This record gives sequence, C-alpha cells and structure tokens, in this order.
Amino acid sequence: MTNTHTLSVLVENKPGVLARVSGLFSRRGFNIDSLAVGETENPDVSRITIVVNADSSPLEQVTKQLNKLINVLKIVELDSQQSVQRELLLVKVRADRTQRGQVLETVELFRAKVIDVAPDTLTIEATGAPDKLDALLRDLEPYGIKEMVQSGLVAIGRGSRSITTGPALRAA
Amino acid sequence: MTRPPSPETLAHRASAAAGAVPAVAAPIKTTGAGAVVRSLEALGVEVAFGIPGGAILPAYDPLYDSKMRHILVRHEQGAGHAATGYAQATGKVGVCIATSGPGATNLVTAIADAYMDSVPIVAITGQVARPLIGTDAFQEADIFGITLPITKHNFLAQTADEVPRLIAEAFHLASTGRPGPVLVDIPKDVLQTETTFQWPPTLDLPGYRPTLHPHGKQIREAARLIAQAKRPVLYVGGGVLKAGATEGLRKLAELTGIPVVTTLMALGAFPDSHPQHLGMPGMHGTVPAVYALQKADLLITIGARFDDRVTGKIDTFAPDAKIVHADIDPAEIGKNRHADVPIVGDARHVIDELIAAVSAQGKTQDPYESWWATLEDMRRRYPLGFDEPDEGELAPQYVIERLGALAGPDAIYVSGVGQHQMWASQFIKFEKPGTWLNSGGAGTMGYAVPAAMGAKVAKPDTAVWAIDGDGCFQMTNQELATCALEGIPIKIALINNGNLGMVKQWQTLFYEGRYSNTNLGTHKHRIPDFVKLAEALGCVGLRCESKEDVDKVIKQAMEINDAPVVIDFTVAADAMVWPFVPGGMGNDEIMFARDVRPMFDEDDI
Repeated sequence: MTNTHTLSVLVENKPGVLARVSGLFSRRGFNIDSLAVGETENPDVSRITIVVNADSSPLEQVTKQLNKLINVLKIVELDSQQSVQRELLLVKVRADRTQRGQVLETVELFRAKVIDVAPDTLTIEATGAPDKLDALLRDLEPYGIKEMVQSGLVAIGRGSRSITTGPALRAA
Repeated sequence: MTRPPSPETLAHRASAAAGAVPAVAAPIKTTGAGAVVRSLEALGVEVAFGIPGGAILPAYDPLYDSKMRHILVRHEQGAGHAATGYAQATGKVGVCIATSGPGATNLVTAIADAYMDSVPIVAITGQVARPLIGTDAFQEADIFGITLPITKHNFLAQTADEVPRLIAEAFHLASTGRPGPVLVDIPKDVLQTETTFQWPPTLDLPGYRPTLHPHGKQIREAARLIAQAKRPVLYVGGGVLKAGATEGLRKLAELTGIPVVTTLMALGAFPDSHPQHLGMPGMHGTVPAVYALQKADLLITIGARFDDRVTGKIDTFAPDAKIVHADIDPAEIGKNRHADVPIVGDARHVIDELIAAVSAQGKTQDPYESWWATLEDMRRRYPLGFDEPDEGELAPQYVIERLGALAGPDAIYVSGVGQHQMWASQFIKFEKPGTWLNSGGAGTMGYAVPAAMGAKVAKPDTAVWAIDGDGCFQMTNQELATCALEGIPIKIALINNGNLGMVKQWQTLFYEGRYSNTNLGTHKHRIPDFVKLAEALGCVGLRCESKEDVDKVIKQAMEINDAPVVIDFTVAADAMVWPFVPGGMGNDEIMFARDVRPMFDEDDI
C-alpha cells in the first residue's frame, strides 16, 4: 500500500477535460485505483481526486505529463497523514427479521446509516476512509451483500491552508 | 517563469508580419466562418493547405475573398505534411484545413507526425452541425476525441463568438513552449452563425505557463560538472533548432572544446564540417558519435529526449555518464534516463546561461586531450563509407552524396523514411539550420513530397530537394499535381531500389533473407514508370541508371525552375545502411559493416 498516492488535480471546468486526464493514465500505462470529480468553490474549476498505484519515479513522470495538459491548473499530492480521505459506500444487505438486529448493530458500530428498508433487505450508507469501509463490508458480508456501489475517494488537506494557496507538486 | 505574450503582442507581431491586418480590428459583423478567416489573417497567416468539403464549406466562402493564399492539395495528409514542412522551414505556424469525417481523419497521420517531432501546426476542421453531433451523421467523426493523444491541445468550438479566441489560443499553444500541433474543430452551424468579430481576443489559458528561463543553480551545477569532466559530450537534439540556438551552441562548443553529436532531428544545428562534430548518434549513427556517448563521463543534453533510436537498449546506454538534461518540456527530463542535473528551459536561454556560467568559472577548460585523441582515432578507423555495388549498378549512397555536393549547403533537403533517409543523414553535409526536414519520431513514409511542397512555399527562392524512396513516394506523390499547378517547383531525387529497402535490410539480416512483401516491382516491372508518372503529374521526369550520369542529371534538374522535377535514380536493390545498432541491442553492439564490429571494450580509456 506504500505505493498508493492520492493526487488532487485542479482543472478547468470544461468539456473533455476528464477524458484528457483519464486517457493520459491509460496511454502512459498507469492504473487508476479510484477517481472522483466535482466542482470546487470556484465554478470554473473542477477538482479530480485520483488514487494511483505507482513507484515514485513513474509517479513523477505521470505528474509531469498531467501538468502538460493545458487544462490542468495545479496538482497536489495529499499525504494520508496530512489529509482527510473519504469514500462513500451504498450497500444493500440481506436482512430478514432474524438478522435485522445484528445488521443494525453493525451499522451503529460503524456510524453508518440505514437509508432504505425492505422486508428482506436494508440499504446502508457509510462514509469513511477506505480501511473503515473495507472493515464494514467484511462485517456485512456474512449476511449477504446483494448490491453495492462505492464512490471514488475524495480528500482534503488538514489545517487552514487551502489547495489553491499551497505549493503545487512540481518535479524537476 | 515567463508570462506568455499577451494577445495584443501576438496581434502586433502578426500584423507586422502580414503588413495588412490592423493589430486591433474594430468590431465587425460577420459569421463564424468569417471570423475564422479574419483571425487567420490577423495572425499573419500567409498560406493554408487544405481541401474543402461539406462541413467546412462555409469557411471556404470568405477564403475566396481573402489575401491569404490557399493551396488546394490532393489528399488531406498532404495538407498536414505541407503545413509541417512550411513550419519546419520557417519556424512559423503551418496551417491545414479539412472537412469533417474522412477529411479530418486523413489529417491524423500528419498531426501525429507533427506531434512526435514537436512541429507547430494548426489544423482547422469542419464538424457536423451541433444538433447532429453524436448521431453518426454523414461525414461525422469525433476528431476531437481521435486527436486527444496526438495534439498538444485541441478545441471543439461551441459558439461563433469564441472562434477568434480559440484560433489565437491555438496559434499561441502551437508556437510557444514545446511546439506542437493544435486542432480546432468547428461545427458547421457555428461557422454559419452571425457574430461580431473583434481583434485581438483575450487568451484564456490559465494552466499554460511554459518555463523558458532555466534555474540558475542548475546552470551553475552543470558548469561545475563540465569543469570536472574528462570525457564530456554535447548531445544536441531538435530543440536547439527550434529555439534558434545554433549560434550559441557553436560558441559553447568552441568555448569548452567539447565534442558534439547531433541527433537526426538536429542535423544542421552544428556544422558537419566543424572539427568538433562527431556526427549523428544512434541506430545508424557514426561509430565515433556512438562511441563518444558510450564512453562519455558527462552528457550535456540539450533539446534531445533519449529516444530509443539514439540510446539503443537503455540499460547499457552511456553507462559511465553523468547526465545534464536541458529541455523546455519538464516531462522529457528523467523520462527515459535519470538526469543528475535537470534543467527546464528554452535551449537558447540554457545555452546562453551555460556560456556565461562556464566563462565565469574563469579557469582554463581541460582541453580533453586524451579524450580527443581517442575520438580522432575512432574517426580515422571508422569513417562513413559504402561498398560499391555490383558491376553496372548504381550506389544509392553515391547518388545522395553527389546531390549534397552539387545542391550545396543552402538547399533544403526533405527526406522520406527508410534507407534513403539514413543515407541522406549520413552523406549530405549539413552546415546550416533549417536545411534538413524529415519525419524523425513518427517515421512517416510519404512525408517527403508534401513536406517539400510546404517548405518550397515557405522559401520560394531556395532549392528544395525531396529525397524519397520508391515506397514512400507512392504514398503521397499525388501532391506533385498540386506543385505543378500551383507553381511550386520542388525537385525529387527518387532513390528507387525497387523495394521497401529498410524492411528488406532487416529481412536480410534477421529473417534469413525471406523477403516477405518487400519487393515493390518498380525495378522488374517498372510499375509505375516514374518518368511517365512524373510527366502525367505535370512534372519533368528524368531517369538515371549509371554512375557516369549522376552529376549530369542532377545539374539538368537544377536548371529547371518552372516545373517540379522527378529523377528516377534506379539504384542497387541490395545496398544496406551501415553502421547499424540492431534493434533492442545496446550501442556497444554497433556494426560498422556486415560482420564488422568495432570492439569498444578493447579501447578502454
């Protein structure tokens, strides 16, 4: 896991930019573990959070290639210690009357939420760091996971400094 | 960090060049199509190469009244390479225009070619009207998506109002920083929409800030390594030509006494006749150049990118060398080989500041005496040369050598891809920048004829010789019709060996002479008959089959300036390019000739 890097990429909010970024990764032979995009406080700027598994030297190369994209404004690597990193999980778990109490206990334990109820299933919403969500899923697995969907990771630096004012990741 | 020139500056520069369109144009009612043409005029575009068609048709109407010259080519690939040839000969942005769908996809090879060789061209394509986009409409192709990986940047225009800005941005991106192709795709309805044209537009490129000036600390570190080195080499790439840094390069080389190698893209950046020039490195480089890189303790790399055709097997490339790597593109540094001293900057600034830093060190440079003694020995033992072919056959190398001697160092030589390209790089003596145009990175067969056309349009008073193979020539020779009709008298030295010669050479050496699909029949069947073909295309066709006639026929072609000329040099089919580092091998495995390998290991110094 030491080779996992979280990159926050500020880009112009324009059509085709996501295709440029994701295309670059596949073209240069990098696998994206997770990717999340959304607008920022400035509607002209979107923020792409990319989790990528790479050694430091190929990572430097991909960062430089990303920096070359005309629509990329800034790239910052977010250290897991110095940032808050979250994913969103929605999971539909088998839970009839006999199991419901135990499932709800697990939900409670992970500070997750039940967002939909059916006679034989519960749909649960949880946010957290990837480790926590993995643990939740492990605990729910025995009951039977009927369906699940996960968002890409989003991350934000700790402290008062914002990404727009802090230093960019620059190599060479 | 340098701020890019403002649009005002750009417009002033452009109008100064064009001498016609005012830098600041008062608002005027027009259409998106009118805005395209007015923007090109305002940017000082003198010529565009293209072919009209349905979606781009609205833009061809205002073009009809424009002072800008449009050259109607025969295939869009020709338009793209012509724009590239124009750009490479002048350093200005080349422009090509095509319609949607197949018109645009025909540009793809030329765009990819320009991308690999960092050539500033702008491609303008028509697109189907916006309501039809995504419906598989007639002549629809997602050229924006198709060219994402082969352009420096591309645009799909959404409104007529933004057309001038997009075109100005395209020119700015193409020509600044590391140059490259930019495509502007414009839907037909956008071309037809009413708009108000106003010039100059305000560029909106917040993420684009090329670094032109190198970091002083890195320059000083490079100068320190130069002072310490015993076996340094200046490894010079095409970036030096693009930056216009050849004068500086010469000063730096002479100041330090360091040997110079110039890559395929950099021929002409340093005079071949200069005693410090060891020639071209790489797969078909000179033995001294390859040797110098392999044995160097310091490479001062400027505007070159450690391409696999230069390094051979990268693990065994220049094993003892520290690397100073200067490039305007930070992503090139450390991409293939770790750089001990990375320098991001424009080659001209890098070289100027290196000169200052080296001079400031004050002490006399090590004259690298023993290094030069070894290199001179290599030069003496392994000069470029070729074997005479069988009795009655014409050596292709001889033809090219004589062409270089007769046409001289002021002519522009434009090459296709293959054996003839390598022989041209070896046997023509390049003395000046901008006299050697070829497809280096992409290796695009068919490049020569249209690129020569573009170069001749750019430099009508300069002799432009295409050196082409019979395989390459048959891919794009239809542009000779364009040349004949448009008054573009290029000259073609067709090195006709009847085969896809380079592929055949590999079959000879690595596939036991099993010549699968490499014989083109241009010898045995004389199909096509290139003399007749030339004549049919409105050119003068000449043929030369013997050594005695070579000079005479070249001189005859040189006398003809009112039509394009094609000389069919029917040459030996079995000639091979030497020296040769076989693909995937280390540079130490270089073959000087068949079965002759200089033993670098025994020359340990």
